Amino acid sequence: MILLPALPILLPLAVAILLVFFRGDPRRAQAVAMAGAVGHLAVAVALMVEVVRHEVLVLWVGDWPAPFGICLAADMLSAVMVLITAVIHTAVTVYARRDIDAPQVRAGFYPIMQVLAAGVCGAFLTGDLFNLYVWFEVMLMASFGLLVMGPKPGRLAGAVKYVALNLLATLFFITAIGLIYGMTGTLNMADLHAKAAAVENQALLTAAAMLLMTAFGIKAALFPVFFWLPAAYHTLSVPVSAFFAGMLTKVGVYALIRMFTLVFSGVDLALDVLLVIAALTMLFGVVGAASQMEMRRILGFHIISQVGYMVLGLALLTPLALAGAIVYLVHHIIVKANLYLVSGLVRQAGGSFSLKRVGGLYASHGLLAIGFFIPAFSLAGFPPLSGFWAKLLIIRASIESGQYLLAVVAALVGLLTIFSMVKIWSEAFWKAAPDEVDLSCVHPDLSAWMLGPVLALALVTVALGIFMGPVIDFSMAAAERLLDPQAYIRAVLGGLP
Amino acid sequence: METLLAGLVGLLFAAAIYLMLSGVLVRFVFGFVLIGNAINLLIFAAGRMAHTRPPLIPDGQATLTAPAANALPQALILTAIVIGFAMITFLLVLLYRTYSQTGTLDADDDAFLEETGRVAETCTVDSDADADAEVGP
Repeated sequence: MILLPALPILLPLAVAILLVFFRGDPRRAQAVAMAGAVGHLAVAVALMVEVVRHEVLVLWVGDWPAPFGICLAADMLSAVMVLITAVIHTAVTVYARRDIDAPQVRAGFYPIMQVLAAGVCGAFLTGDLFNLYVWFEVMLMASFGLLVMGPKPGRLAGAVKYVALNLLATLFFITAIGLIYGMTGTLNMADLHAKAAAVENQALLTAAAMLLMTAFGIKAALFPVFFWLPAAYHTLSVPVSAFFAGMLTKVGVYALIRMFTLVFSGVDLALDVLLVIAALTMLFGVVGAASQMEMRRILGFHIISQVGYMVLGLALLTPLALAGAIVYLVHHIIVKANLYLVSGLVRQAGGSFSLKRVGGLYASHGLLAIGFFIPAFSLAGFPPLSGFWAKLLIIRASIESGQYLLAVVAALVGLLTIFSMVKIWSEAFWKAAPDEVDLSCVHPDLSAWMLGPVLALALVTVALGIFMGPVIDFSMAAAERLLDPQAYIRAVLGGLP
Repeated sequence: METLLAGLVGLLFAAAIYLMLSGVLVRFVFGFVLIGNAINLLIFAAGRMAHTRPPLIPDGQATLTAPAANALPQALILTAIVIGFAMITFLLVLLYRTYSQTGTLDADDDAFLEETGRVAETCTVDSDADADAEVGP
């Protein structure tokens, strides 16, 4: 089916338009949104199956051949990212049934969520640099809407930081696009692969590459431009924060991987800078988490430190390291979104996000404890869960590249992650419940609609750990195709089929 | 012509960065507007400037016969202007709401610092009671 690469974008957009008409009716809006999310998942699975069969699927929008028109191109990396997006989208939409209240539905929670999912998928699928910018803006606008929505006061100061820094990132991005267009006369990423290498003024090209690196670095919350993340994420409603935590920074990581494998394959300076930044990102994130006692703030800082691992995988730029980065992306998105969903349940069962004010959940909520235990210790890298293999691949790739210091940093950050996860475990689950619990906040009966997605994602984490062999094989194949993108370029530039 | 534009773009960038680095958020908006225009000019200049005809294919021909102006940068700029307009509008509304909540738009003020600006812990699960009690202007 020729339209298949466009469907993960078109379907959520269509459902979003439909959902606008159901804003006054939360129950029906939820049903439609859930149908839309499941449809999104089905389309993403179909795309994955087709990509495994044909390697690269290309759609020349409006039948304009590349590089003149805009194309959507789905290779293995794009397909796996779209699939994960759909999984998280579905989980979050199911969870939202009980967590998002009527005023938020009236404010347009469901349509904006669908637009956000469409924007993320668009960014993963596009083969054109300017189109990537447009999808980033779609994502950004939708995320702004979700950021300021909702009844809680006091969130706007964090929202201002998020908005200001993300707008800066888009400014860097579009400046770089202007410079690259001036040098090469094309914005098609496959076309740029050859034309960027042939540019005479390599210094200016490096400058443009650094601008793009800064832009995507802000999106991915790398050191030293991560401050918008801990300022904003803990103020969101729980399903929104889960989707943001899972997907948004990872779109930045994806864009970095795409740029520095396909477009700027010869810019070594940026990779050297990324190596240092990756190490500092890992360290600062994990140290920042150590001093926090609010569950979602701890998790927020851990996003930063984990993004460091993925960028380290990119910066090493060996097949093994890139495969590690891809495994890490998949593992991290599932685990991190799940932990944010768990934090909402902890708040419901214990009455607070603050670890000092909750306790005793292991005795009272066994299923929730399992739902936390699996993703938390996968994040910390306990074998045989998925995080262990992801970390192992990255550390092994660093050692093979002779970067022993980076391998030590990566291992050390893993240890400190265990410290944070054990902190949450012992405070929220093992410690006896504190005396002064505000009973009006506690809802001890957890809805199956909320526990269901948590346990399902935990199951996916376990399955990923057990069936890691095929996952690593797939990632190795994807990584080799990223490092040798000739098939991708041929598919995009090869004219109409 | 390109040299002149390059100088202008540099000047606009400098002014915009100066404004954006100020701690007052209204100046940040002005800087954002300025830098948006500077970038549009940059893309325009990147498409090469020349005094040529519009890119129209004459009757009976299949391709352009003479050198023509580059239309693509203008399409890019048009897109960027529309997006920039939406962003500025959103930013202004956000700042207005923030001002009515915090009473300040100085980013160095207490309201914007991590610890003092923290979210009041409320348990709003399934409760519609305080939903419409947003701070009004």
